[in-house]
Amino acid sequence: MSLFAIFISALFVNNFVLSRFLGICPFLGVSKKVETSVGMSMAVTFVMLLASLITYMLQVLVLERFGLGYLQTIMFILVIASLVQLVEMFMKKASPTLYEALGVYLPLITTNCAVLGLAILNIQMEFNLIELVVNSVGAALGFSMAIILFAGIRERLELSNMPRAMQGFPIALISAGLMAMAFLGFAGFSIG
Amino acid sequence: MNLIIYAIIALGAVGLFFGVLLSIASKAFAVKVDPKETLVRAAVPGANCGACGFPGCDGFSKAVIAGIAPVNGCPVGGAVTAAKIAEVMGVAAGDSEKQVARVACIGTSESAIDKYEYYGVETCKAAMAVQKGPKGCEYGCMGFGDCVTACAFDAIHIVDGIAKVDADKCTGCKACVKACPKSVIDMAPATQKVFVDCKNLDKGKAVKDVCQVGCIACGLCVKACPFDAIHMVDGVAKIDYAVCKNCKICAKKCPTGAIFPQLKLKEMAEKKAAAEAAKKEAEQTAN
Repeated sequence: MSLFAIFISALFVNNFVLSRFLGICPFLGVSKKVETSVGMSMAVTFVMLLASLITYMLQVLVLERFGLGYLQTIMFILVIASLVQLVEMFMKKASPTLYEALGVYLPLITTNCAVLGLAILNIQMEFNLIELVVNSVGAALGFSMAIILFAGIRERLELSNMPRAMQGFPIALISAGLMAMAFLGFAGFSIG
Repeated sequence: MNLIIYAIIALGAVGLFFGVLLSIASKAFAVKVDPKETLVRAAVPGANCGACGFPGCDGFSKAVIAGIAPVNGCPVGGAVTAAKIAEVMGVAAGDSEKQVARVACIGTSESAIDKYEYYGVETCKAAMAVQKGPKGCEYGCMGFGDCVTACAFDAIHIVDGIAKVDADKCTGCKACVKACPKSVIDMAPATQKVFVDCKNLDKGKAVKDVCQVGCIACGLCVKACPFDAIHMVDGVAKIDYAVCKNCKICAKKCPTGAIFPQLKLKEMAEKKAAAEAAKKEAEQTAN
């Protein structure tokens, strides 16, 4: 598979939120305003890229070498959680501006399933390092795109007139479903 | 059995490694927080309302330490908080009189007319988009309650179709002032007892056509005030709270009842009642 195909596939065809259904929690929880969703997607992008690199190294250097493949999930959770903590501390010291920008969203995604899912999928797909980076960036941008688009829709839903039973969360779930169906259209593409 | 032991060892080792790494990192990357900042942060109410103009209570604390914000910059905490912060910073607190919000409109659904019936989204912002709202008076409170939603302290409610502030609960955070698309909410000192409850800039008949209790800019209050504390500004009476002595003479003079408390209206109602009673009595004696 070419790098371009990997990228497009991660961004649209296998979009993490809308076709793999990973990271639904922040997708629904932090999508009430475009502003907060941008903060969230920045934090997710950052952590996804970092976590997939570190977990790849852990997989190659520790798990495969010592034949501990069955510990993959728990190890990855441990590593990602500690890593995010570490990054947070480092950022607070080294770049307060970036720390302020990502704010509360960074600790929120320590155990995000999209991050863990990406780390495990990267290993399953047997990517090499470059392919892995491209896939991670694609997946992260896919997540960002989905959540920001959804936040835009929800901001408009907020102002529209609808039956009381549909207000708020129910209509959000329905529109999320419609968005996922729209993204199903990408599944037909075959990218060489 | 071996499998379990290997798993425990591997996981334990990785866990220990990261544990140690994190504890070292927390020392190595420790950011020095000014101990004063922690104290200032403890002194403020912590509602993160943003009334001070800084991003939340943390932002305000930082600004106080940096000398950007004054020690009495927190309008919610008022004098008590200001004194605490001043103690931490080692400066005099200065006066910060408590300010509360006041809705400058008494055009209830009874006394003010609507120019059309509105069937849209029940918020002031949305109603504003349709001909500046359904209320006949362009300046008055429409009563959809954007301010009620904005208030974090349950201090403002819609009564008889207009918003009313509960002065005891109001903390002076100005969230309602910002939320109101009509800009009909003002801040006034908590000790103030007389208010012009109207913002209508039109004159005489134009006001009377839409609201019975609006300020018609007749100027009687301005002439009556012995302290020169009330003036006509752009067609509506305005009280200078710094000068006003709360004597209520203006309230007695106001013919429409736009000045709170509506003494003239009460007086007129009483006179009318007395006259009617006298008339009845006269009729009875005549019979």
